[in-house]
Amino acid sequence: MTTRIFGSGIKRREDPRLITGQTRYTDDFQLPGMVYMVVVRSPHAHARITSIDISAAKASPGVVAVFTGQDVPLPGVPCAWLVPGSDLKTPAHPVLAKDTVRYVGDGVAIVIATNRYLAQDAADLVQVSYDVLPAVVNPEDATKDGAPLVHDDVPNNIAFRWVASSGDEGVDNAFNEAAASGVVVQERIVQQRLLPTAMEPRSAVAQWDQFAEELTVYSTSQNPHIARFILSALTGVPEHKLRVIAPEVGGGFGSKIPVYPDEALTAWASMKLGVPVKWTETRSENYQVTIHGRDHIEYVEMAATNEGKITGIRGKVYAGMGAYLSTAAPGIPTILHGLMYSGAYTIPNIRCESIGVMTNTAPVDAYRGAGRPEATFLVERLVDRLAAKLNMDPVELRRKNLIPPFENGHNVAIGLTYDSGNYEGALNKLLSIVDYDGFRREQAAARQQGRLLGIGVTTYSEICGLGPSQVAGAVGFQGGLWESAIVRVSPAGKVQAMIGASPHGQGEETTFAQIISDELGFPVEDIEIVHGDTDRTPMGWGSYGSRTTPVSGAALVLAARKVKEKARAMAAHLLEASVDDIDYADGKFMVRGSPDKFKTIQDATLMATLAWNLPAGMDPGMEASQFYDPPNFAYPFGAHAAIVEIDPETGTVALQRYVAVDDCGPQINPMIVEGQIHGGIVQGVGQALCEGVVYDENGQLLTGTMMDYAMPRADMFPTFELDSTVTPSPHHPIGVKGIGETGTIASTPTIYNAVMDALRPLGIEQIEMPLTAPRVWKAIQDARAKGGA
Amino acid sequence: MEKQLMTFHVNGETQEVAASPTHTLLEVLREELDLTGVKHGCELGQCGACTVLVDGSPMLSCLMLAIEAQECEITTVEGLAQGNTLHPLQQAFAERGAAQCGYCTPGFLLSGAALLAENTHPTRDEIQVALAGNLCRCTGYTKIIEAVELAAERMRSVSEAH
Ligand code: FES
Ligand code: FES
Repeated sequence: MTTRIFGSGIKRREDPRLITGQTRYTDDFQLPGMVYMVVVRSPHAHARITSIDISAAKASPGVVAVFTGQDVPLPGVPCAWLVPGSDLKTPAHPVLAKDTVRYVGDGVAIVIATNRYLAQDAADLVQVSYDVLPAVVNPEDATKDGAPLVHDDVPNNIAFRWVASSGDEGVDNAFNEAAASGVVVQERIVQQRLLPTAMEPRSAVAQWDQFAEELTVYSTSQNPHIARFILSALTGVPEHKLRVIAPEVGGGFGSKIPVYPDEALTAWASMKLGVPVKWTETRSENYQVTIHGRDHIEYVEMAATNEGKITGIRGKVYAGMGAYLSTAAPGIPTILHGLMYSGAYTIPNIRCESIGVMTNTAPVDAYRGAGRPEATFLVERLVDRLAAKLNMDPVELRRKNLIPPFENGHNVAIGLTYDSGNYEGALNKLLSIVDYDGFRREQAAARQQGRLLGIGVTTYSEICGLGPSQVAGAVGFQGGLWESAIVRVSPAGKVQAMIGASPHGQGEETTFAQIISDELGFPVEDIEIVHGDTDRTPMGWGSYGSRTTPVSGAALVLAARKVKEKARAMAAHLLEASVDDIDYADGKFMVRGSPDKFKTIQDATLMATLAWNLPAGMDPGMEASQFYDPPNFAYPFGAHAAIVEIDPETGTVALQRYVAVDDCGPQINPMIVEGQIHGGIVQGVGQALCEGVVYDENGQLLTGTMMDYAMPRADMFPTFELDSTVTPSPHHPIGVKGIGETGTIASTPTIYNAVMDALRPLGIEQIEMPLTAPRVWKAIQDARAKGGA
Repeated sequence: MEKQLMTFHVNGETQEVAASPTHTLLEVLREELDLTGVKHGCELGQCGACTVLVDGSPMLSCLMLAIEAQECEITTVEGLAQGNTLHPLQQAFAERGAAQCGYCTPGFLLSGAALLAENTHPTRDEIQVALAGNLCRCTGYTKIIEAVELAAERMRSVSEAH
């Protein structure tokens, strides 16, 4: 019996260095002779630059150089997701604004000095004169005639208009029929802007070696190979002379996918000045210029029969893009959003129209879940609205429409093929943990006493593990989406595995070592996972979209299996047996029937490396590399429930229970899976209850500090009750799916629907998120004034 | 501002450095003493990432001038272990998986250690309140709170055995 480390919650191999402070994040690097860069930023959301005077800054103590947009010859930062068929406009995104600034935080100059204090002092002396222009911040208003134009070459501020449809005629028919003889529910949903707020601010350290003509950039990146690709295009340094290192990275949640002007400027400044340059953003810069998430205004509706069979869903989405199109931005409210409108349900008619809109605000891009939380929210919201309208139990309505269990592919009307799912299985498990019927009885009694108690239940399916490269090409993503891995066994019998993906908190140094341990029999302690350095790792497209384990993990498994087959052949040769007669267990290759005649994988490695006596045709050494391009996305799913009670006097929402049943296929390390789910849930609850970016009508960011932007804190949550079902992905070599985003995707609608359920006796149907106490209190007051219960 | 010589007692050692009297304890620890385990997430006293112990109390090092900390005993995450023996809370963090990206971890460890030094019977509420000034974006706090509970339990059984 082979012992398996798969499925055990072993301690994380990352932790010894993290819990003792013995590790380095980008801002921790100090290089000899290093100078410090500060970006001078626009205080206006929209203005013409009339003059820039850098003389005082240049004369300030310790200043090495000051540059404006006129001095920096870099091309603009590219957008890398060019969604086809959408009439996409890609306005130029200069690394420093030359004549017009388009949002608060837009860079206009850089100041470099011998330390960061002197650089900041000098930055304050850069005199920029502006002619302030009218600004636009609301993505729906921005499309109206007469709205200020963010870019002259983007009429009506519409960067793209994209439609996905199962067939417009069918969709129209479904809604016409439902209007005539069934039901239609509608809602205008505001998916408020969110701040990703990785706890580590972005930072870059660039070092130009003028003799070797090599550029090294330490960068807070989720995808150092993409960063290298783009920085190479911007600086002209060829990729083989450009090394990007993502050392320890303190969280990303999508905000560290893009290459921003700041990193490119740091690299350029080091090349220009011939010394290492560091730039680190302040938290206020992080909130002003690091990408934001969500920002949709949606008009959505769902059609159904009177028996509660859903016949159609459609939506029109105004998706705020901010002042420039960030790296992946156009793909988020389109491909990753509109294609998710089927959710976990059989819906024959689906249509999404998504309009990408430029506004005088920070660029919007992928934030944890990226497009799918927005989709799941509107689907789940409409299902609950439908249940209320039909006076049906929302769980019963879901049950009626869930896609039946499938193990190997299910086509939904919008054109995706889900890989595997058993939604009802997850739902049943959830309901029994929650004691749904018992809760409804308790709720009925509580309502008698005027208490506002509610439950929200979500059944979701999501799309992750991005994704087949062919699909990437078809949907306009300007990159591949494969991963690669090298597994190398040293003659002394340790394993080094190099991956192109770049985990930054998700624990793959542990889970990937577990995978290799199972495949090759090495103890986890003897396996090192190398990532985050373009010079030490093979190419890969990075860690986002819950793709590291589904895609990079698959490359790793297959590379390990190649090593194993080579070791088996070597062992057979040493044992003078036929390869077909060799059995394997726990790192040993044995002659079938004589288990005492064996060679370990270490023996085989040593002899293959010495190469004194190799079988015919075998190359020396013990390593293998593997590219892996997934045949499909992975579709994790599950069911979540929340129970809330609202204090009618204050509007405070108290979260009493949160139960999640998730299915990401087999779990490599349940402790790490739980951690991912916890973190995801809290981020989604944050959107529902407390987080939200506010700009005033002039484009000033009012939530510019951690005091003004309310992130969830340690004292807000009950103990989460987690459980799982296991439905393997049919196309993954070990059946696993991603789990990094499910919590965020499911929890926002779960909480929201719970609050609306609690408020139902008052006739309240909608409150804009976040559901803060003042907003809920006001809705209760308004409802009472109108004569609600 | 002219630098001036300052003496610090950090992690059981006395160190003399030349630093600007306008610099914060955070800046001096990171930049002059290379104690980069001390993190910064806002430098405005809003995130807790820079928490260190000053005479045993958790302090936001971004809000304290270094010069004020001269005569005090300062503990950073680098000094939390006793020799090769991890603090029970460090141990518990690893066992519960309470760190993900690790960036907030030093701050939580020091806030948690300060609580445990005073109270080895903290209730869940007391733990949540003690940690409410530290922000974490990765973990959802659950495993951090569980780690403090686990460490408390271990510290109780050690002190009761004595
Ligand atoms: S850096 Fe001190 S509280 Fe944030
Ligand atoms: S572990 Fe990443 S912020 Fe807490």
